Formats: sequence, C-alpha cells, structure tokens
Amino acid sequence: MSIQEFLRDLTYLLPFTYLVSWAAVLLIVDLFLPDDRKGLLAPLAALGMAVGIGLSILQVGQQQAAFNGLAMVDGFSIFMNVLFLGIGLVGVALAYDYLKRMGLERGEYYILLVFSITGMMLMGSANDLIMVFLALELLSIPLYVLSGLARPQQASEEAGIKYFLMGAFASGFVVFGIALIFGMTGTTSIPGIVSTVSSGTLLNPLIFTVGGGLMLVGLGFKVAVVPFHMWTPDVYEGAPSAVTAFMSNGAKAAGFAALIRVLVVALPSIATDLTPVIWIIAALTMILGNVVAIAQRNIKRLLAYSSIAHAGYILMVLVAYGSAGLAAQAVAAALFYLVAYTLTNFGAWAVVIALEKKEGRGLMLEDYSGLGNRHMGLAVAMTIFMLSFTGVPPTLGFVGKFYLFNVVIEGGYIWLALIGVLTSLVSAYYYLRVVVYMFMRDGEPEVRRDVWVNLTAGVTAAGLVALTIFAAPLFDWATRAVLAGF
Amino acid sequence: MIPNEYLPIAVLFILATGLAALVIILGHAFGPRRPTARKLMPYESGMTPIGPGTRRIRVAFYMIAVDFILFDIEVVFFLPWAVYARELSYYGLLVIGIFTVLLLVGFIYAWKKGALEWE
Amino acid sequence: MLSETATVGGIFSLAPLVVFIPLAGMIFNMLFGGRLSQKLVGGIASAASGLTFVIAVLLGVALYNQHGEPVVVPFLEWIHIGAFQVDWAFRVDTLSVTMMLVVAGVGTLIHVYSVGYMHEDVIHQGDPSRFRRFFVFMNLFIAMMMILVIGDSYLMLFVGWEGVGLCSYLLIGFWYEKGENGIGNAIAGNKAFIVNRIGDVGMLLAMFTLFWVFGTLTFDEVFELAPEIAATTPAYIGLITLFMLVGVTGKSAQIPLYVWLPDAMAGPTPVSALIHAATMVTAGVYLIARSAPLYTLVPESQNVVALVGGLTAFFAATIAVGQNDIKKVLAYSTVSQLGFMVAAVGMGAFVAGMFHLVSHAFFKALLFLASGSVIQGMERGHHLEHHAHEHDLKPRKKKSKEPPFDPQDMRNMGGLAGRMRTTYWVYIVGALALAGIPPLSGFFSKDEILLEASHLNTTVYILLTIAAFFTAFYMGRQVWMVFLGQPRSAAAEKAEESPAVMTLPLIILAVLAFFGGLLNLPGPHTFGHWLEYTFEAFHLEMETLPFSLPVALISTLLAVVGILLAWMFYGRQPLEKGQEDPLRGILGWIFTGMQRKWWVDEIYHFLFVNPYIQLSHVFAEYVDWRFWHDWFHEVVLAGSFNQFARFLNFRIDAGIIDRIANGLGNGTQQIAGQMRQIQTGYVRNYALSLFLGVVLIVGYILLR
Repeated sequence: MSIQEFLRDLTYLLPFTYLVSWAAVLLIVDLFLPDDRKGLLAPLAALGMAVGIGLSILQVGQQQAAFNGLAMVDGFSIFMNVLFLGIGLVGVALAYDYLKRMGLERGEYYILLVFSITGMMLMGSANDLIMVFLALELLSIPLYVLSGLARPQQASEEAGIKYFLMGAFASGFVVFGIALIFGMTGTTSIPGIVSTVSSGTLLNPLIFTVGGGLMLVGLGFKVAVVPFHMWTPDVYEGAPSAVTAFMSNGAKAAGFAALIRVLVVALPSIATDLTPVIWIIAALTMILGNVVAIAQRNIKRLLAYSSIAHAGYILMVLVAYGSAGLAAQAVAAALFYLVAYTLTNFGAWAVVIALEKKEGRGLMLEDYSGLGNRHMGLAVAMTIFMLSFTGVPPTLGFVGKFYLFNVVIEGGYIWLALIGVLTSLVSAYYYLRVVVYMFMRDGEPEVRRDVWVNLTAGVTAAGLVALTIFAAPLFDWATRAVLAGF
Repeated sequence: MIPNEYLPIAVLFILATGLAALVIILGHAFGPRRPTARKLMPYESGMTPIGPGTRRIRVAFYMIAVDFILFDIEVVFFLPWAVYARELSYYGLLVIGIFTVLLLVGFIYAWKKGALEWE
Repeated sequence: MLSETATVGGIFSLAPLVVFIPLAGMIFNMLFGGRLSQKLVGGIASAASGLTFVIAVLLGVALYNQHGEPVVVPFLEWIHIGAFQVDWAFRVDTLSVTMMLVVAGVGTLIHVYSVGYMHEDVIHQGDPSRFRRFFVFMNLFIAMMMILVIGDSYLMLFVGWEGVGLCSYLLIGFWYEKGENGIGNAIAGNKAFIVNRIGDVGMLLAMFTLFWVFGTLTFDEVFELAPEIAATTPAYIGLITLFMLVGVTGKSAQIPLYVWLPDAMAGPTPVSALIHAATMVTAGVYLIARSAPLYTLVPESQNVVALVGGLTAFFAATIAVGQNDIKKVLAYSTVSQLGFMVAAVGMGAFVAGMFHLVSHAFFKALLFLASGSVIQGMERGHHLEHHAHEHDLKPRKKKSKEPPFDPQDMRNMGGLAGRMRTTYWVYIVGALALAGIPPLSGFFSKDEILLEASHLNTTVYILLTIAAFFTAFYMGRQVWMVFLGQPRSAAAEKAEESPAVMTLPLIILAVLAFFGGLLNLPGPHTFGHWLEYTFEAFHLEMETLPFSLPVALISTLLAVVGILLAWMFYGRQPLEKGQEDPLRGILGWIFTGMQRKWWVDEIYHFLFVNPYIQLSHVFAEYVDWRFWHDWFHEVVLAGSFNQFARFLNFRIDAGIIDRIANGLGNGTQQIAGQMRQIQTGYVRNYALSLFLGVVLIVGYILLR
C-alpha cells in the first residue's frame, strides 16, 4: 500500500477520520477549559458532528472499499453515518442543560460521545469482522464510561461497572465467534467469507454456524435482546438520562448496523440455521420486554424495557434476512423502523429529561400527573411519542411497524407477526398509562424549561406525525441505501 | 452431530469437571466438621491476621496499570515498525505517526488529569 | 297498438291534459295557494276543472267528427315485465268521453259552488286555512277520476279507482276533528276506506284472474280474447265478472257494502254532491259498462248483478223514507238510484244505465248542492239567532245544556220556501226529476231502465218499480218537511238565501236536470247511438226497445201517488215542532226499521265487526301477546337468549374470556412482577443469563 493509496483511503473514510481527529482536538481543548466553562465543548462537538453530516452527505453515491477492504463506503454506511451523527447531535442537545443542572458538566461527556459516534460510524462501514469488533469496542467503551459519568452517585457507578462487565463478557463471545469463523474460512473479510462459503471450501460448516451464533449473541447484547438484555434496565436507570437517551439510540442503531452487516452480508448461507434462533429471540424479546414493562413505575426503567421490546420488533424482521427476495426489504424495514424508533425514543427521553430533578426524583409515573394541565405542549408531544411507540397512526411508529409486519408476513412468519401484534397491544397498556397519568391525574409537575430539550421534543413530535406523509419516500431512501450496499 | 475428533475433548472435559465436583460433594457430605475459631481463621502463613481479608487498593494503582498497558501496546507496535521502517518507508512513518499522535493525545489527557500523580 | 300512434293526432293528443290540467291546478294551489286569496284559489281550481271540461268537449267533438271511432292515445311506457305490458295510454271513446263530460262538467259547477260554500264552511268550522286544502283535494279527485275513466287498461282504471278512493277518504274526513265525540268524521272516513278496501280485494282478484286467464289487462286485448275464452271456459269470465261485482258493490255502494255511503255525508256537502252522488260512486256502473263485452258473455253474472242492483234500489229507498237528516235522505236515495243503474247495466241495458248515470248526476248533484244551500241557510239563521242573544250571556249557558243545534235535521226546518226562493225552486226541479215526473230528465232515464227491466228481468222490474214509488214518496216528504209548512226552529225562521256563486250553479244544474232527458228521447235515441260506437267496437248489439206506454204510465202514476201520499202525511197537516213522524203511527215497527236503517249497521257490527274485533282481540291478546310475545318471545326467544347470554356472560365471558382478559391484565401484571424478580441486580445473574442464552443457541445449532 502506497502512501497515496493510504491518503486516498483516509478520504474515503473522511467523515470517520475527520471526526476522530476532531475528538482528539476536543480532548485537548477540554484540558484547557476551566471547570465552569466545560459547556463550551457542547457547541464544538455539535459543530464537529454537523460538519461530519455534511461530509457524509457529500459521499452519497460513492461505493468504495478502503484499507484493503477493511471498510466500505456505500449507501448503507452513508445512511448509518448520517443517522449516527444525527443521534450524536440530539445527544448533545439533550445533555447541555441537563448536565449543568445535575452538576455533571464534564467535558468528557461530549468527547466520549463523539468517540462513541466514531465507533458507530466505523460499525456502519465495517467490511471485516475485525473491524466489526473494533468498532464495537470503540463505540462501547465510551458508553461504559458515560454510564458512570454521574460518579460518585452509586446508581451511575453501578451502571457503568455492570455495563462494562457485561459488555466485556459479550465482546468475548463476539471475538470467539469471529475466531471460529476465521478458523473455518481462513479470513475475517466479509467478502472473503462469502466467497469461501460459496466456493465450498468451508472447513466445517457446523463450527462456522456456531461462530455465527456467537456473533449473534454478542451483537444481540448490544441491541439488548432477550436473554442478553438484563443489563439494560439497570444501566438505563443508573446512567444519567442524557447518556441513556444517547445510548439507547446510538448503541442500538450501531448494534443493528453490525447485525445487518454480519447476518445479511457475511452469513446469508447459514440463514436456515439462524432464522429459528432469531425467531425465538425476537419472540421472547417482544413478549418479555412488553410484559415486564407493565410492572415498571419508573419511567427510565419503563423506557428501558420499551427499548428491549423494540429491539425485538427490529430483530423480528431479520428472520426474513435469508430469503433472497426479502432480504433487502427486511433491511429497509429495519432501517426505517430504526429511524422511527430513534425519533420517538429521543422525544420521549427529552420529556424525561425535562421532568427529571436531582437525586433521581421526578422519574416516577406519578410525577407525570397533571402534565396535561400544566404543560400542554409537552404532554401532547409525550402522547405522540407514546402513540408512536405503541404503533398507532398517524405516527411514524405505526408506519414503521406496518413495514415490519409486512415483511414478516410476506416471509410467511405469521405466528411471529401475531406475537408482534399482540405484544404491541400489550404495550399499549403501559404506554397509554403514561398518557393517562398526564391527562387524567391531578398533579403539579415541575418542568425544566430548556430550549434545546423543548426543541427536541417538538421537532421529533412534529416529525413523527409529519413524516408519515413522507413515509413512502423515506422508505424508498432506506431501500435505496440498502440496495446500493448489498 | 458433534464431529468425532472433538469427542475425546468433550469426554475429558466432562470427566474432569465431574470428578472435581464429585470429590467436593463427597468431602462436603461425609467429611467430619468440627469448626473452632482458630480453624476458621484465614491462613496467613502462621501469622495472626490483622484487619479484613480483602484490602482496598488505591485507584491510582489501576491508573498506573492502564497507563502501563498504553505504553506496552505502543511498544508492541513500535517494535515491528522499527524493524521494517526502511521497507515501509514514508507510508510506515505516516501510519506510526498517526498512531503516536493519537497515543500522545491520550497521554497528554491522562497526564493533565493527574493520572500520573501519586498523591 | 303502438302503430296507432301515428294516426293519433290533432285534438286527441290533448287527451292526457284531462289528467294533467287538474293535477297542475292542484300542484299550483298546493305550492302557492297559501299566499293567494280564497277567491283566487277557488278560481284556479274551478278554472282547472273547467278547462278539463273544455278538453273533454273538444275530445267529444273530435270523436263525433270521426263517427265515434275509439282512439287510444299512448303516453308513457309504464310496466314492462316479460309478457306483462301495461302502458299509460288514454282511451278516448264515446263511453269515456261521456264520463269525462259528466265528471268535468258537474265537477266544474260544484267547484264554483264550493267557492261560496267553503268560504262559509271554513268560518263555521273555525279553520279558514283549510279552504285551500279542500280545492287541492278536489282537483286531485278530478285528476284521479279522469285516470279512472280514460285509462286504457284495467290497471290504469284501478289506479284511478284507488286514487278517487283516497280523495273520498280525505274529503269525508275533511273536518276530521269534528263530528260525534270529535272523531265521528274521521271514523266515517275510515269506514268508507275500509269498506272500499273489501271491494278492492274483489277488484284485485278480478284483475289477477284477468291477467292469469288473458295474459293482459288492456281493454282492447281482453275484449278481443274474451269470446274465445268464454267458448272454452266460461267459468273464468263468470269468476272475473263476479269479482268485479264485489268491487262495484264497494265503490258504487251496493248491497252488501253500501253502508259507508250514508256515513260519507260527514264530508262537506259539495263533496257529497261531486264524489258521493254524481261521479265517484258511479265508477262501478262505468266499470260494468266498460266491461260489457265480458258481462254479456255470462248471463248468470248479469242476473246476479241485476238482482243486487234491484234489491239495493228497493232496500235503500225504504230506508230513505225513515231518515230525518236532509243529507241522509239524499244519501240513501243515491244508493237506491245507483241500484237502478247497476241493475240496468247488469241486465245488459248499458245505454239505459249510462243514461241514468248522466241524468242522476245532474239532479242528484243539484239536490245535494241545494241541500247544502239549505244547511248553510239554516246555519246563517242559527248564527243570526245566536247574535240576537249575544249580549245576554246567562240564557246561553242554559242553552248549552240542550242538544247541539243540527242544521241538517229536517225536523228543525219547515217553511224555508219563503226565505230561500231560488233554492226552493231548484230543489223542486231536482225532486221532481228524481221522482220521475215527466218531462224531467229523471223520468226518461228511469223509464228506460224500467222498460228494459220489464223485458229482461221481471223480479228486478217489480223491485225497481216499488223503489220508484218510494222515491217519489220520500222526496215529497222531504220537500214538505224542509220547505213548506211552518218553521220548526228559530234558525229556520231566520234562514237566509245563499249567495249567487252558489245559486248560479244550482240554476244551471236545475236546467240540466230539467232538460237532460232530451239527450235520449225515445225515438231519436241520440245518447244511445252515441254510446253504441263504443259497444259496437266489440261487436255488441245494442237493441233499442220501443217506447212502452204502460211502463211509463205505471211508473208515472206510482210517482204521482207517492207524492200525493207524502202530501197526505206531511203537506195536509205540516209537522209541528217536536211532533212524532206521522208514519210511525201507521207503520209501527216498520217505520222504526226504516229509521234505524233496518239495523244493518248493527247486524254488520254483530256479524262482522264484533267477531272481527273479538278475533283480533283473541289474536292480539292470546296469539300475539300471550303466545307470541309472552311465551314465544319472552320465554322461548328472550328467555333462552337470556339463558344463553347468561351462559355466555357468566360461564364463557366471566368464566373464560374475563379470566383470560383479567389473566392478560392481572396475569401480565403478575408475570411482569415475577419476571421482575429475575432482574436481581446482580451482574453474576446477568452473566449467567447471557451464558445460558449462549449455551441454548450453540446447543440448538449443534444438536439441531
């Protein structure tokens, strides 16, 4: 590899490489900021990510392999880059006032957030299992730290440690899976694996399949599906809300990006073996996530189980990943739902952040009583998020679920679709309970009026409703993103 | 289903685990147990133990350890590069430069945060 | 049939107008009449009727010009179902034109009269807003009657038949909130409607049978086929004609269904004149005349019809003798005279029957209208009387305890001749015409019927002759009771003549009643020849009997004797106020019977109405309520449904569904709570769960 090639490949991955450099710069800047001026990092981080979005968009249409095929620039990666950077921007917006208010204003938040974003971006571009692992670690380790950001609060520390331990444990399985696959194929490159499988030179298909299964476990941990979900409620609850908001969207989206890359691109040959596993996991996740959510009185835990449940919905569509006709459609539906979920989830977390007070108060459902009377706009927005979570029209959540079920039913997985629909019905119970509390109970909720949080809630709420009109073009975009890359 | 060549390993695995478990369970079930205060004491090479058995260790130890790993990895990368530096030419220099800069940023951060200070 | 379309032209294309002009008048008054004055409303309605008459005249002239050749004017395709084809087509022949002329001519006069009559009537009855409604109904009636007579098929005839029935019902109950107990008029209307429905069943059966046998309802086609069918199965024709007779007895008030007509006098007097004397009730006669080609094929039916007519004529005449209500006398007289006509057409004397129909329309309309004039004269007198006591309230209170004043009761009248000259004279003309005194119209028409009867059916001849005698007697009785002698009430003393708008039509009708006989004098037989065109079209021979002096002498003599007898009882010694009717002393229970209408209503009540009510009670109380509702609905249906619902509710719903639903609710809560227990918070447990997942997945893949 010549220096020219190296520089060229760096430009192929320019959004990523640029953001890594920017993160490094921020790290240094942070050192020279006085403790009470750490907030300055927020606009800087936001600026960096906004530029990153611009760079990503400039790449639209490109399809290149970089660094000897370690990473790819394609429609999928661009789509994911924009999504991740957008998630990062909202993460910054939600955190700015929140961190100040909670006494957590540390520069590391923004820096770690940007680093995590770089990991996610790398995950979207990864074209090699080693890169997948690297990206996974790059996005995870900052999240472990962020979870413990509220140190010395016990809950936050506990969350950080738990997440780190469990994450490390899960990463072990990913590595083990990669090792098995490498052992059976002699390569970690995704195209290489595919060609090995198709050429019939696979050493032992069974071990290969076990390797795929182990990768599924590791990535399933990231997206929090049953039975690898158990860290989720504790971490989501313990971590500062702004972190949770970012983590629950970013990590999930990155995890699914990796899952899609690995399953759909690298391992379509073992779909018949993995599909039943995915089926069971998706079903269990939807059932457990939604059922246990009912028992939650803490809004953060409730959203944690909600996030588990939605991971189940997205995973559900991947049962169809093996059939040639449906794979692209399944991925498009998953991406579309990811976008819908991200918008909804951010909106909901924005409301949570608006209501949260120090020392973990203001997080119980009772604290939402009377919100409809005191802060109509916020309550209406929250209602929209809850409806979108439930999958009630006219919200993007409904459209997303529609596409999901559409693919699943087309794939012939009627029972899975039925479980999905039924659990959606169950989910209405706890989502609408939030609405009931807001509008039908009396109370005096105190709301922190912050322009960025309000803006997030407003824009996501409006977007969720308004984008239903553009659902079809949006889905087309997702489909094109997929088709370009696969 | 399990390939034949892995079967002996599985047998060995099960035998070893089973035997160990068996010995513990048998001893636990049939062994006489007459506990005295002295018998329950932690074994400290014949010395009377002072304080709790598990001691808290300063977090600074971990910081140093992490920093050590940092430089350890640096060495791991530097050495192969140094061996092949001529062949790799400017490309190698650029790559190792980027690596070093990133490492340096981290190092400066750790330094500035006081990770290297003992007190 | 449609091929004739091309040949139809000129004046005949005006035929549909006889229906649409009165309809237009009705619609106009309905929409705009509310804003117009009474005179204008009445004027428009009268004009519509008059214009209809003009059209009828034009049609008649045109028909005469082509020697009575029948013309069918197609108008609209109506019902085309397979072989069943009925169109709106207008049949213009001498028979229908005759009816049109009578209906529109007499109708117009009555319209004009009504303008005056209703003006006062609505004041007396206290609701001037109904003036318009009256003329709307009247125009509708004319239109419907026109449909009846001009229709080219039995179905169209039936449409008109029902239409006039509706108008009759509406107009009998015109003051529906008045009458006995404030409901008498409505009940009278109901009675008319229900009795007519019984007749209509006959009409419908006749039409069903017609269609079943002939496959068509168009006159031309039916009559063309009739001889053929009569040759093979005359029973069909007999059945059809007898069914029709049932319809006729309903519409034309013959035994046994005549009972509605006397009650129909509850309607305003012009209605009685137009609908219940001159036109609608003669529809039955028209029907038989129209169906002459059928009736002539089955003599047995003809005999039945003739007998029914003769009996009715006699029976009703006896009842008329015993009536004290001026309109009731005329009503029974009408029933009796309709009996004459039905007997005539029944015997096959279609010309005689139709001739009597026409002359009867003249004099009976005259008599009714004149009686209306009398009634209103009495009302006016009563009103004046009333005013005289206006400023003296106490006596009025005392008065109110007396039975309410009845302006129609002849016992309250007397001596009106002096106060109502015009009415008196026209009434004399009408009464003499009805009594059959030559040379008035009634003499010629009645004489012709008697002449035919003397040849064709002796029984009927005797019945009719006796009826004619009674007719002369009760008319004499009426004239003496009403107009001569001394006033028997304050109202009669102060009675006033009606306005010109009422008396003018009376005078015209009187002239017609007087000279109407000229239409069909023995010898020239103008009317007979005119009608012959219609019947000849179906190859019916209309033999004209020569004038018979004995028949004429007997009938005239009897009429004179009747009048003389009336003079003996009522003229020589005029009734005093509150005096018993002299006949009661002589005839005893027979007069009571006449007065009580031979208890027919009571008998009907006993025989039909009460059993019917009993039966409906049984049905309602036992079958419907006790059995159907209480037992079947409540016990069987509702009970078992409740049982089932209870089963569903408690066993299935509460037991299973609820348990499932509650299970889903409580259960999920519980399960959620229990699942929460798994969430211990210990990382080791989490790791174990993760590891278990790995084991399961890898195990599945390996052992699959």
